[in-house]
Amino acid sequence: MNEAASIHQGDARSVRKWSKMLKGGAMIGGGALAIFGLSRRSKSGIGIAAAGGLLTLIAAKSGEKRASIARSSIVLNSTPQQAYQFWRNFENLPQFMRHLESVTVLDKNTSRWTAIGPLGKHIHWQAEIISDRENEAIAWHSLPGSDVNIDGLVKFQPAPGNRGTILRVHLLYRPPVGALGRSFAKLLGKDPGFLIQQDLRRLKALIEAGEIPTVEGQSHGPRSSAAAMARLLSPDRPIRGRIRLPEALEAQRRVS
Amino acid sequence: MKAVCWMGTEKMSVETVPDPTILNPRDAIVKITSTCICGSDLHLYNGLMPTMEQGDIMGHEFMGEVVEVGGAIRPEKLKVGDRVVVPFTIACGHCFFCRQELWSCCDNSNPNYWIAEKMMGYSPSGLFGYTHMLGGYAGGQAQYARVPFADVGPLKIPDGIADEKVVFLSDIFPTGWMGAENCNIKPGDTVAIWGCGPVGQFAIRSAFLLGAERVIAIDRFDYRLQLAQEAGAEIINYEQVEDLLQLLKDMTGNIGPDSCMDAVGMEAHYTGPVYAIDRIKQALRLQPDRPQVLRQCILACRKGGTVSVPGVYGGFIDKMPIGAYVNKGLTMKTGQTHMMRYMKPLLDRVQRGEIDPSFVVSHRVPIDQAPKMYQVFRDKQDHCTKVVLDPWADGSSIAA
Repeated sequence: MNEAASIHQGDARSVRKWSKMLKGGAMIGGGALAIFGLSRRSKSGIGIAAAGGLLTLIAAKSGEKRASIARSSIVLNSTPQQAYQFWRNFENLPQFMRHLESVTVLDKNTSRWTAIGPLGKHIHWQAEIISDRENEAIAWHSLPGSDVNIDGLVKFQPAPGNRGTILRVHLLYRPPVGALGRSFAKLLGKDPGFLIQQDLRRLKALIEAGEIPTVEGQSHGPRSSAAAMARLLSPDRPIRGRIRLPEALEAQRRVS
Repeated sequence: MKAVCWMGTEKMSVETVPDPTILNPRDAIVKITSTCICGSDLHLYNGLMPTMEQGDIMGHEFMGEVVEVGGAIRPEKLKVGDRVVVPFTIACGHCFFCRQELWSCCDNSNPNYWIAEKMMGYSPSGLFGYTHMLGGYAGGQAQYARVPFADVGPLKIPDGIADEKVVFLSDIFPTGWMGAENCNIKPGDTVAIWGCGPVGQFAIRSAFLLGAERVIAIDRFDYRLQLAQEAGAEIINYEQVEDLLQLLKDMTGNIGPDSCMDAVGMEAHYTGPVYAIDRIKQALRLQPDRPQVLRQCILACRKGGTVSVPGVYGGFIDKMPIGAYVNKGLTMKTGQTHMMRYMKPLLDRVQRGEIDPSFVVSHRVPIDQAPKMYQVFRDKQDHCTKVVLDPWADGSSIAA
């Protein structure tokens, strides 16, 4: 568990270093391009300057944000054994992780994951368990060739006074390659900490109450457009993209 | 089906909406036979509670017949045809809080817990027909309602006992009872109760049942005070006395009531400049609550006494007399009602004839008249104490 944690932290550090260097390079390059373009005082010069400016802007806005760490914890009214066993079968995870569509266990240590990304795109990756301590902790990372790079660590500790299990999750998303990866980063722009906290609350309800509370699909009177807007902006709104609504509801209600 | 929908501040409307369906395995659908307007609905009517949305179905005091159950409901718990009263709080029955009978603090029943956490640190349970911060569950001022965790909340009612005697087990009777229980009543105690609305009325009767020797009831409407007097309370119309706190001192031999109950909450009416300032602050949304009753309870209570707060508060208050609270060694007890603790024992008391809760009903009307009744109830017109709605009656005739 400890080695997993330190690998995890080392990765985060090197990721941050690289993304900082790339970002710095793009900003300097973009700035130079802008100055060069402006100094030409011609139509094409303005074009070059605009492109340079844009590059600087993109670089300034990106970087750190793409490598993100999400942490959260929750107390479950179950034993560490029960919680560990539920989590250890990764095929259970889509039951409470809202943006995960499916996980297929391939063998003892590897599994194939599919998430729902923006615009309804599917994001795939293969994960390998790198550390597994029964009833205590599981660590995994995504394998080369995946759409996205994710490291995960989950720990199970007995809560004091026989009050169940304290479950802690750390997830590290590294800058992915290509457009798909970028859209995944956008998904995470929703605040990964909040997303994982929501997922853990769903896990808690699932384990303790047997189902996840919902008001999706209940009756109501005529809604105003203001309410519809508010719903769009809600941090709790699932990423649905182009998926048709009934499908999305299906995905959310897999649990029941 | 017909449902009373919140369409904005002071805008209620009876709309035709789709019938509810089972959404989770522990759900049930109840065909509603009686449903009520609660004083706490008036805070929504007046637009003082944040996170309401146009189209929300109102109502959290209802009873009826189970017409459908989800796949995870065991027949010995609940089955189609059962006659039930549904508590206004929703509880999963299995979390840390439910196991300690802190039902209204259930950890797993509020899907919008994260909004409540922003305001309160942690979220209480979900409620029917209330704000989205507290779940946004569709309510029971309708012909049907979806009841989540239906194997925990609903209380089965035997046939042969009228709706009006048991429908208040859904909220106000247990709420008044817990308000009195929170007063920590010892034999010989004097309990002062601010607010003689429906919860106050049940609190007065509950305080006597719990052994209080004297109950002092405070309000400004004589018809409500009269109802309190009929239960044996001494009454004060605070608008007709010069100094309420001095009067309470005089009535108790300068020691103060042993416990004081705020059965009024965030929309207290009172007199004087502090009231004017509180109203302005509330209108400007600088202070969501008008807390004068709470202040008075703290100042009036005897040293070492108990302040019980069944009244509803939403946010933050100014000028809380914390010095008096601390230096007099007071205890304050609060909370949404832990319904499932009280429903069955109180049903037993009703069946034994110790109390007939129907005394509080002043109006029985078809659901179509609900929008008008909200205004009548808020403005205390027509000696209104409690409105019971019939979801199935023909709304064309007035049956008040």
